[in-house]
Amino acid sequence: MSQILTIALTKGRILEETLPLLAAAGIVPAEDIDKSRKLVFETNRPDVQLLVLRGADVPTYVQFGAADMGVSGKDTLMENGAEGLYEPLDLNIARCKLMTAAIAGAPVRQGRIKVATKYVNIAKQYYATCGRQIDVIKLYGAMELAPIMNLADEIVDIVDTGNTLRANGLESREFIADISSRLIVNKASMKMKHVQIEAIIDAIAQAIGAEHSVTSA
Amino acid sequence: MTYADRWLLPDGVEEILPAEAKPIEQLRRRLLDLYATWGYDLVIPPLLEYTDSLLIGLGRDVDLLTFKVTDQISGRTLGIRADITPQTARMDAHSFTRRGANRLCYAGHVVHARPKNPLATRTPIQAGVEFYGEASVSADIEVVSLLLESLQVAGLPQLHIDLGHVGIYRALAAHAGLSEHQEEVFFELLQRKAMTEIREWVAENIADSAMAQVFLDLPRLAGGREVLAEARERFASCPMEVLEAINQLDAVADTVTQRYPGAELYFDLGELRGYHYLTGLVFAAFAPGYGNPVASGGRYDHIGEVFGRSRPATGFAVDITALSKLGILATLPAGGIYAPEVNDPAQWQVIQKLRLQGERVICAAPGSNPEDLGCDRQLIPTEQGYEVAPLA
Repeated sequence: MSQILTIALTKGRILEETLPLLAAAGIVPAEDIDKSRKLVFETNRPDVQLLVLRGADVPTYVQFGAADMGVSGKDTLMENGAEGLYEPLDLNIARCKLMTAAIAGAPVRQGRIKVATKYVNIAKQYYATCGRQIDVIKLYGAMELAPIMNLADEIVDIVDTGNTLRANGLESREFIADISSRLIVNKASMKMKHVQIEAIIDAIAQAIGAEHSVTSA
Repeated sequence: MTYADRWLLPDGVEEILPAEAKPIEQLRRRLLDLYATWGYDLVIPPLLEYTDSLLIGLGRDVDLLTFKVTDQISGRTLGIRADITPQTARMDAHSFTRRGANRLCYAGHVVHARPKNPLATRTPIQAGVEFYGEASVSADIEVVSLLLESLQVAGLPQLHIDLGHVGIYRALAAHAGLSEHQEEVFFELLQRKAMTEIREWVAENIADSAMAQVFLDLPRLAGGREVLAEARERFASCPMEVLEAINQLDAVADTVTQRYPGAELYFDLGELRGYHYLTGLVFAAFAPGYGNPVASGGRYDHIGEVFGRSRPATGFAVDITALSKLGILATLPAGGIYAPEVNDPAQWQVIQKLRLQGERVICAAPGSNPEDLGCDRQLIPTEQGYEVAPLA
């Protein structure tokens, strides 16, 4: 019995780091993904196909069961909630930190503050655990601009090297969470196609030196 | 208010049109007929009742799912049922008490204040059974068998059943001395099988190394039947309740495999759906092409305690709306007989006779035509009276 298994991948830099892991599990795209404008790719295995999506859309596809598995950033999972999903493996790729940031040297404002971010839910939750009430301003990019233009007091964003922050006169303040890419699996798929899925998780886990399955150990 | 605002339905609120209504109603009837043949008595609980009785024992999830209004007569809060199980529990405890086993079944709409999962309808139709008064594993086996039977009636080509047991985690949490908060946090992680966070949490919260390993094993003990043997080995030094739970899973698996050899059983010892009110076996059915369970259930002993009658209980609910979306429910072509308008009592007699035979006969109105009414035959006058003939 081999049903078609659909894996949703995030395009861009994460994809380059994901493909070697899939190769370790014996899954290789049938054509060069970078050179194609297609969104669905056949692989060397007749029972596996790949989707190449925007990162924020991967959990949606997996949640609805349109894809069985996927690779998604922890930030996206934290922001959108991960109901209906398993996240059995940390792929240790695309590592960064989720932080708050503000104008360098500016004093921490007391009372209710304005926070600009694309992570609306994470921001609300984080400040609430710090005992602070905030007003969230949802932005879709260039968060660094918000404090400069006095739109917000602080921002919540992912920070890699911190260069963008520095270049705009900002500094990172509080650490919220470590971010990296996770392998996610639809719960229903895990239960119905577990033989196929477990084999892939095991192979990838071995490739990144993590421990996964109990029974095959 | 624009024109569209008048006819649009609220998010997640569905009307069911003829093409879907017919198979849905057929399935509802066939399920209730099936439950009757197994000795389950039909009950029709009210659409709404006091939240005090509706929100018992099922935890916060059901509270958030329940629409509430104020009763203008008593001033108390009424809830529109989001789940029928508490209503049958109230019946078993108060309105319909039986000394021994009490088998009840139901079918009807429930209403969810917010969709249970993305894209889910807020007005699903459910059918289900509840089996009160029997604590032994034989009751669990009966309801799991009846669930599989229900899915066969619905025409699912392949049966996938997911089995777990909340008693395992409950006993391990108690054994490890977890606080309520710790138990809740690990429960959330377990539901997502978030291994990275699980490792961090175990390192911080479980000092005993053997016990830590047990907590690390729990989320990964999932798969085919071999999982049970593996669990028995790994949990050998755990409290008796854990091994008893595994024995129960084994017993259910033995009988179900023998009765339904085609069914695929999947075991997940970290699966804790309904953890806040379930007490034993937990199970769900899945269908290819649908990312959520099409049916789920489990053992929920003592739910009737708040009504003054604590009883063992087990049961399940089938999501008829979800099954109807899979396109597996058979729809028979409607067909029918077109009866032209004639003022003749004899024609009426013939029409009634045909209807008694189960035929669909539609009396014509001025300006109607047989194709629009889905008719494939017509009633034509002959010298002897009337006869059914193909459409001209």
